[in-house]
Amino acid sequence: MNRLSKVAALAAPALMAASAPVLAQSIDQTINDGFASATGWFVSFIFSPFPGTSFPWIVAWLVVAATVFTVYFGLIQFRAFPHSISLVKGDYSDPNDAGEVSHFQALATALSGTVGLGNIAGVAVAVGIGGPGATFWMILAGLMGMASKFTECTLGVKYRNEYADGTVSGGPMYYMTKGFAERGIPAGKFMAVLFSVFCILGALGGGNMFQANQAHAQISNVVGDFPGWITGIVFAVIVFAVIVGGLKSIASVTEKVVPFMGVLYVLTALVILLMNYDMIGWAFGQIFAGAFTGLGVAGGMVGALIQGFKRAAFSNEAGVGSAAIAHAAVRTKEPITEGFVSLLEPFIDTVVICTMTALVIIITGQLVSDPATGMYLLDEGASTIQTVNDNKGVALTSAAFSSAFGWFQYVLAIAVILFAFSTMISWSYYGLKAWTFLFGEGKGKELTFKVIFCIFVVIGASASLGPVIDFSDAAIFAMAVVNIMALYFLMPIVKGEMDSYLSRLKSGEIKKFH
Amino acid sequence: MSHRIVVGYDDSGSAKSALEFAMNLTKTQGGSIVVAHVLEWSPYSFLTPTELEERHMRRREELERANAALLAPLVESLKDSGVAISTALKYGHISETLCEIATQEGADQIVVGRTGSSGLSSRLFGSVAGSLAQSAPVPVTIVP
Repeated sequence: MNRLSKVAALAAPALMAASAPVLAQSIDQTINDGFASATGWFVSFIFSPFPGTSFPWIVAWLVVAATVFTVYFGLIQFRAFPHSISLVKGDYSDPNDAGEVSHFQALATALSGTVGLGNIAGVAVAVGIGGPGATFWMILAGLMGMASKFTECTLGVKYRNEYADGTVSGGPMYYMTKGFAERGIPAGKFMAVLFSVFCILGALGGGNMFQANQAHAQISNVVGDFPGWITGIVFAVIVFAVIVGGLKSIASVTEKVVPFMGVLYVLTALVILLMNYDMIGWAFGQIFAGAFTGLGVAGGMVGALIQGFKRAAFSNEAGVGSAAIAHAAVRTKEPITEGFVSLLEPFIDTVVICTMTALVIIITGQLVSDPATGMYLLDEGASTIQTVNDNKGVALTSAAFSSAFGWFQYVLAIAVILFAFSTMISWSYYGLKAWTFLFGEGKGKELTFKVIFCIFVVIGASASLGPVIDFSDAAIFAMAVVNIMALYFLMPIVKGEMDSYLSRLKSGEIKKFH
Repeated sequence: MSHRIVVGYDDSGSAKSALEFAMNLTKTQGGSIVVAHVLEWSPYSFLTPTELEERHMRRREELERANAALLAPLVESLKDSGVAISTALKYGHISETLCEIATQEGADQIVVGRTGSSGLSSRLFGSVAGSLAQSAPVPVTIVP
């Protein structure tokens, strides 16, 4: 009886669904095929490996940069960590500047742009392909990425434009033009233009399509399968209302709810870890062993490393340049202080939140391993690890969390939608800044970009995960190519600011106000 | 001894009563009055990227508006009263900021109006008068 009713329950929606969505599915299919063929060349260029290896040059580029900044600034991410926290608490804020953008606000806004699907779906992708070992490389990339973020955000504040009406604009395009001119380096303008082009693509890709795609995946995971373009249109209308219609209430509600969702997510993960406290040691064992041996996953150790670094960079955006745009509005006389504050971002995003996701997926046993050898079993095609019920991306994280708390899939669905939405709002702003840098300010020009942005929401929700994630990664990493090059040229300026500030802090010239 | 009174002021009726009370006190005892208006603000609130970008501009507008609509007309209307009046306009948590102003100005008393709202919000978050009574560095007079 029980079994019969289950079959009936499964069959009824299937019968109803069979007739109508043939047309709908074919719309999705057309969008997907067109998109994949239009972006394929760009993706394969960005991810092309070093000749004779399987190691993509772009991953090496990010790792080398993070290492260079970490060494050049003398492990600043660890030395300045306590000071960063007092800055965020407002210990060094002049009370007469109350009412201006505080360090906390700049950090919170930048975080709500980065904390999102990268932390939930991206980690699941990394662990699903690279195994638990990917987590190790992800944490390492997060720790080193703190130095990249420190460099770019200091420059973002130092070279921002302050206009007569009191508004500010900052970001890599401004430090590329102004900073390069100041140091007498040519081609600043060219790099700024190139960066802006990639930033627009990144805003449409990782900041938009990937979000729409995974939000749809999460919704259909809870309510059942339905065509992606429906989610896409609903999202596009809401995004349009906010960024074009100036409907501030939706945006400000999201900005307030997102931090609570983030805290709830971490707390739930902690509870699941505590419930399985006896397995935490085992999970870390898997992470360390997997980091250096791969435990039989596709690509072995290198596969784990590539996935870990890729997803960390995609999640915390260190070296990408987006955070430099977000942090530029803070009120401070010392640009370096915003650098200190911003280095907390990869820490919170990657070292804390991403690690939580990975641990929950590993501990709840979502990855299928061979009981005899302890090696992970691979899917057909041997590119991903077999998971319980064949879950991928956000569905994998959802399955992991709801294996402990069944209701959590609903909370996660809401969290994913809100995270996706707040990331889209942030990236629509980053993209817009790049767009106005290229084409100049003006209502008509801004509207053009905003409409394009909304169209891509629909495309992102309709396409399948593979092409979307490839293009999103490629666009975001293309930003990092240009941005990191600029950071190499400008890092002596940051060093000068840092040395001056730290010596004044030591001598007591810079005082606490509270 | 010269008295100095900080009056927490906004456009409510009870704030006007508080100011009147302080005026009478100063007329009989001598001294001066600081009319303080605090714009509610938390450095730990959450803003969108666009709000961050415009914050400096908005702050300037808000200060100008508060001065033009509230403080300047008040000072103008009281200039013949014979009482020395200055103003303070700040951002922050209302009761904490009033305490800071009192300390900075060397005031020996704070006078505020009791908003009289026994509504849900003051039950949940506490009233300005209530939290001042608990935390002020100088005596507080609450005027109904």
